[in-house]
Order: sequence, then C-alpha cells, then structure tokens
Amino acid sequence: MIDPMTAPATQCTITVTVNGRAYTRTVEARLLLVDFLRNELGLTGTHVGCDTTNCGACTVHVDGRSVKSCTMFAVQADGRAVRTVEGLAPPSPFGRGAGGEGALHPLQQAFHELHALQCGYCTPGMLMSALYLLERNLRPSREEIKRAIAGNLCRCTGYHFIVDAIELAARRMRGDVE
Amino acid sequence: MYPRAFHYVRATSLEHAVALLGEYGDEARPLAGGASLIPLLKLRLAAPTVLVDVGRLDALAGIARRDGHVAVGAVTRHVEVEDDAALAAALPLLHDVAAGIGDAQVRNMGTVGGGLAEADPAGDWGPALLAVGGSVRAVGPGGERVIPAAELFVDAYTTDLRPDELLTEVLFPLPGPRSGSAHLKFEVRAGDFAVANCSVAVTLDDAGRCVAIGIGLGGVGLRPERVGAAEALLRGQVPAPALVAEAAEAVRTCTDSFDDVRGSAAYRQHLGAVLFERALALALERAASEQ
Repeated sequence: MIDPMTAPATQCTITVTVNGRAYTRTVEARLLLVDFLRNELGLTGTHVGCDTTNCGACTVHVDGRSVKSCTMFAVQADGRAVRTVEGLAPPSPFGRGAGGEGALHPLQQAFHELHALQCGYCTPGMLMSALYLLERNLRPSREEIKRAIAGNLCRCTGYHFIVDAIELAARRMRGDVE
Repeated sequence: MYPRAFHYVRATSLEHAVALLGEYGDEARPLAGGASLIPLLKLRLAAPTVLVDVGRLDALAGIARRDGHVAVGAVTRHVEVEDDAALAAALPLLHDVAAGIGDAQVRNMGTVGGGLAEADPAGDWGPALLAVGGSVRAVGPGGERVIPAAELFVDAYTTDLRPDELLTEVLFPLPGPRSGSAHLKFEVRAGDFAVANCSVAVTLDDAGRCVAIGIGLGGVGLRPERVGAAEALLRGQVPAPALVAEAAEAVRTCTDSFDDVRGSAAYRQHLGAVLFERALALALERAASEQ
C-alpha cells in the first residue's frame, strides 16, 4: 500500500466510490479521472471528447458537483463519491430494452422522447450537467438551462431539443405533467 | 494528452505543504482544483516532478469577513463565491467575476487562489483585485507576507510568488457606503478566454464625486494593469461624460497589446476602453442604488 499522504509517489492507492460502489485501485498519479472510470472500472458511459476542458463530454459529479473528468486526476477523487451517467437509471433485472426501459431517469426519458441527441457523443455529459442544474433548480428558465449547459458542446442538434428535453424533465420531476 | 510523470503528495496541513514546497523548491507545484494547472501539465507547458495537493486543506478554504476585508481562502472554488448572496451585495464585482468564469464545471473545479497564482493574462480575478486595492497572503519557509495586488503580477503567467511560497488567502477590502463595483468581460464564445475584461470599484460622496476609484484591466496587456492615469482623472470629480471619455482614452492607451486569433492589439485596446465605460456605468448605478 502506497500512501500519498506521507511521501511523494508516482503510484498511489486510492478508494473512490462510484455510483454507490467503492473501488480500490493502485494507479499512476497522473491518471486522469475519466481514464480511471473508463479503463480501470470499465464505465465507458463517460466519454472523452476534446480532452482540453472545453467540450464537457466527460462531465461527472464529484461529491455532488459537476466537473470535467479529463481535467482532474484520479488521485484527487480519492475518498470522494463520483456519480457517472451509469448512475442515473437504477439497474433493471431485465437488462437494457425489454422491461428495463421504464427505469430511465426522467432526463434520459425526455432526451429519448424529444430527440435531444443525434450522434449521442455529448449526451452523457449533457445529462450530468442537466442533472446538476435540476438538483439545484427544478424551475429553470430556458436562459438558465442554456447557462447550465454552456460547458457542454453538441455539434449535432443546435441545442434546441436539448433545452426542450431538460424543460420537460424538470416539469416531470416537479410533478407538473405525466 | 498526458502530463509528464510526477510524484503526488497530499499535504495534511499548511505546515506540511510549506515544508514540501521548501524541500522541492521549483521542482514542485501546488495543486488546488486543477482547472488551471492540469491543462498546463497536459500541454507540458509545465512539467514539475512533484505535485503538492493543497486542495483539501481546511486552513485554505472558505470565505470570512475580518478587519474590514473579505478574506477568501486560496482553495475556495469560484462557485462558492458565485453562490454567496451576502458577498454579492457587499462587493458585487466578486459575484460578477465568479459567475462569469468558464462554465459550471470549471467554476466547480477552479479556485480563486489558483486563478490568481496562474496569472493568465486574460484571468478575471487579477483586474478585480487591482480595482479594489486588494492583496494576497503567502506563506513560505521564511514566514508569512502580504503581497499587494499591484506587486503580484510580474508578467504573463508570472507572479511575485517564489517557488517555495504558497498563496493562502486573498484579501478584498470592503468598501464603505455609497460604493459600487462591477466586472465585465468580452468573450468571442461562451467559456472562451476573455479578449478583454475590466473591473471598476468606486465610492461616491454626497455631491456625487468619486472619492475613491479603482480600475483594473485584463486581457489587453500581458498582465493585468491597474490604470492609475484614468483613476487620477476621475478621483475627486463628478464622472461627467466628457471626463469619462478622457478616462476611457487613458484606459485604451495604458498598455501595449498583442495580436492573436481572438483579436488585434488595436481591437483589444479599444475593447478595454469600451468595457471600462460600461463597467463604470454599472458601478455608478450600483453605488447610487446602495445609498
């Protein structure tokens, strides 16, 4: 066990709770959180887009705050709780598709219904930024929604359907419509 | 993109952090949120062999009011300033700066001290600190010192901080009654680096004269500038349109500028003057409504 608390080390043993489950791994100090999630844990829902803090495809929550996981080292998440797109919908005993569809998170359901994606590359990050907003404000204006997703680039949709979907999810989450 | 391999160590106390920086000197860099440093590491514009993680030190966290100042701990995230409504009422430019930085994720990651220590020419905290006449506290092996904003910024990405010194706290003096402040910037697209930005802090007397005025300009030169010439024109005067135009001209010509993909030198200088006029108008409006 290498303890980064005592002496500088290039390899560090970290424990990160991801979507409620604790993982302990020994990793290189320079390993980026997004690569820890994808390559060490196999959670490939979080995407690497620009790798330069611009596009937001790699957005996850760390201790409840949205961050870009390409701009954070895995060691910085040691002892923290991470939530990724895989943590949005509770797992279904029937797997994906038949029987599992109803288990989508309201944001995922709204994105699905309103075609708030085309290629889907930005979608995991878009969902996590939208979730960060709705956890703080269930009655966002369209302007507030646009500001909340300013750190997430979509090159397909022109954003209109994404804003629509976040509005719909907000309405459903506060119980205004079915 | 990956940084050069480095040794990581998480400081357990301020003393531990200072001892580590003292031991490794210019081989080491403090890591707070990482929003500024990690991109530099990935581009290999910086390649320290030791990263000292100070991001979890309680001694560097939080916002307090003390001795007429707002004291912002160095590892306070931008979002914590953005969300502090009482702070926004007391010194509105702090909210302007924090809410305008990057995007939500960057404001959740980046820290006030980290932004100042990086000294990006287009950074927002530098002009704000200059405009209010603030300072930073730094601790090194020889003890603690306070660095006034006017002495902090040496050049692009270069501050007066020594490699073995740690920025611990940022001090913004709280203004008296009839004060207003504002920070405005212009960016080509959302979240981009500002082409230019400007902070103005003003205090009026009963006759509407500027008894105190501070102007900080960013993005135009290679470091944030306090525009003393424009301040001198306005100090003790009622900010009438002709005088404001004269001050704006002093802002435009206060520093050399540079051409890059975001704009020409002349455009940057022009933009700085325009932002100054708008920030002054907003600061005056806030001063008038504050009473």
